[in-house]
Amino acid sequence: MLSYLLATLTFAGIYAMLALGLNVIWGMTGMINLGLAGFFAVGAYVSALTTIAGLPIPLGAVCAMAAAALVGALVSQLTLKLRGDYLAIVTLGFGEVIRLVAANEIWLTNGSDGISGIPGPFRSALSPLQFNALFAAITMVAVAVAWFLSRRMMGSPYGRALRALRDDETAAAVAGKPVRRMKVEAFALGAALLGLGGVLYAHFTSYIAPDIFRPLLTIYIFLSLTAGGTGNATGAVVGAFLVMVILEGSRFLEGMLPVLSGAQGAALREMVIGSLLILIMRIKPTGLLAERPPRPPVAVANPSI
Amino acid sequence: MIDLLPQFLVNGIVMGTLLAIPAIGFTAMFAVLRFPNFSVASHATIGAFAGFAANVGLGLPIELSLVAAFIVPAIIGVASDEVALRPLRKHGALTTAIASIALTIVLENAVRFFYGNDLRGYDLPLVRDWRILGVRIGPQQVENFLLAVAIMVAVFLALRYTRVGKSMRAVADNPALAELKGIDPILVGRLTVFFGMGLVGTGGMLLGVGTSIDPLTGFRFILPIFAAAVVGGLGSIPGAVLGAMVVGIGEELSLIVLSPSYRSAVGFFAIVLVLTFRPRGLLGEREY
Repeated sequence: MLSYLLATLTFAGIYAMLALGLNVIWGMTGMINLGLAGFFAVGAYVSALTTIAGLPIPLGAVCAMAAAALVGALVSQLTLKLRGDYLAIVTLGFGEVIRLVAANEIWLTNGSDGISGIPGPFRSALSPLQFNALFAAITMVAVAVAWFLSRRMMGSPYGRALRALRDDETAAAVAGKPVRRMKVEAFALGAALLGLGGVLYAHFTSYIAPDIFRPLLTIYIFLSLTAGGTGNATGAVVGAFLVMVILEGSRFLEGMLPVLSGAQGAALREMVIGSLLILIMRIKPTGLLAERPPRPPVAVANPSI
Repeated sequence: MIDLLPQFLVNGIVMGTLLAIPAIGFTAMFAVLRFPNFSVASHATIGAFAGFAANVGLGLPIELSLVAAFIVPAIIGVASDEVALRPLRKHGALTTAIASIALTIVLENAVRFFYGNDLRGYDLPLVRDWRILGVRIGPQQVENFLLAVAIMVAVFLALRYTRVGKSMRAVADNPALAELKGIDPILVGRLTVFFGMGLVGTGGMLLGVGTSIDPLTGFRFILPIFAAAVVGGLGSIPGAVLGAMVVGIGEELSLIVLSPSYRSAVGFFAIVLVLTFRPRGLLGEREY
C-alpha cells in the first residue's frame, strides 16, 4: 500500500510538472498546445535511448529537455503567424505525428513493443519500496524547483511581458516587446518542462511505448491546469494532485460496480474525467486558485487620488 | 511503382470525395460558431456506429443506414452542444475548443461503453472489383463516391437556395448584421450544428464502409478532416472540398515514397506546408 501511495505521488508529481510546462505556454503566454503528449514522448524517448546507450541519467535528462525545447522552438517557429484556432489544430497534429513516428520507426523506438529496461537511479541497489520512495522524493524536488522558478519568472519583468503579449499582442509589440522571439522562447521553455515530465516517467516506470502518449494525457493536463487555475504555478501543482485523486479515486469506485466489464469501467472513468473538465470550465473558469496579477512594482505617487 | 499512378489517383479522388463530407460539416460549424469543434471525432464515430446498428442490427441496406448515420449524430450534436459547449462560448474560441476535446472523450467512451473495443464490419455483399484500363475499383467504392457527390450537391443547393442556408451564410458573414435583420443567431447555430454533425456522422460511416469500425474510427480520421478544412481555408465550403481532394490524393500518392503507416501524417504536413505560404489556407478566409 505504501509503495502504491508513493507511486501515485510520483505520477501526481509528473502531472504537476506537465501542468507547469503547459502553464508557461498557455497560462502565461496564451499559446495553445494540444500536442503535450508529443513533447512528453520526445523527453521520454531521448532520455531512455541516451541512458540505455550509457549516458548517466542526469545527462540524459538534460539532453531530453534540450531536445524537447528544440522541437518546441521549431513547432512555434513554424506556427508563429497562425491564429490560436489554427495553432490548436497544428499542435494536435504534431502530437499525433510524434506518436506515429514512435510506433513506426522500429529501428529506433522498438515500435509498439516499446522500450523496456530503462535504468532508474540506484534501482539495483534498492528494494522496490526504497526505490519508489527515492523516486517520489526526486520528483517532488524537481516539481518544487520548477514551481519556484515559474513563480520567479511570473513576477519578473520577463513574465510581465509574457502576460502582456497574452492579453494584447499588438499593445505588447507597440510597447517594444520582441513578440515573436518571446513566443518561441516561452514555447521552448514550456516544452522543456513537458520533456522533463517524460524523463521522470521513463526512468520511474522503466518502460515506454507509443500507447502511453495518447491524447487523453493532454486532457488530464488541461484538466489539471484549468481546475487549479490557469496562469498560476501553484494552481497548476494543486490541480495536478486533484486530478490524480480523481483518477485514482474513480478506480476504487469502479471496484464497487462489479456488473461492469473492465473495458466498461475504464470507459466510464474516462467519461467522468471529460465531464469534470467541462463542468469545471462551466462553473469556475478561473480555476480554484485564480491568477493574481502581481502588484505594480512602483508605489502610486499620490495615494489620495 | 509509377505504373500504379492511375490506381493511386483514382483511390485518391474517391478518398478525397469521402473526406469532403465531414470536412464540409466541420468547416460550416467553424464559419458560423467560430471555434474548431474537436468533437467531430466522436460524432464521426457515432455516425459510423449508428449506421452499423441500422445496417447489421436492423438489416437495412447501406443507403438507408446512412440516414441513421446522419440523424443520430445530428441530434447528439445539438444536445451535447447545448449542454457542454454553448455556455462556454462567451469565454472565447480556445476555451470552447478545449471543452470540445473533453466532449470527444466523453462521447467516444460512451460508444466504447456499449460496443467495446472490438472491430466491427458492415454487412456488405461480397463482390469482385471491376477492372477498367488496369485500374481496380470496387462497386461499393463507386457507390460511396456517387453518394458523397450527391450529398455535396444537396449541400450546395441548400446553402444557395433555402432560407436556412441563406441565414447560415448571413450569420457566417456578419453575425451582428444578421441579427439586425431579424435572424436568430442561436437558432441558426443549432441548425448549423444539426446539419454539420449530421454530415460528419454520414462521412464517418462512408469512411468506415469498406474497412472496419471501432470507437477510435473518428479519431483516426480527425487529422485528414482538419487538414482538409485548414488547407482549403477554415470556414470556406468550396475550400473544404478542394482541401479534401488535396489531402485525399496526397495521402494516396504518398504511398509511392512513404510506408502506409504514415498516411495520416500527410494531412499534418499538408497543413504545415500550405500555412507556411498561405496562413489562411488555399481559398483564404475572410478577415474578422
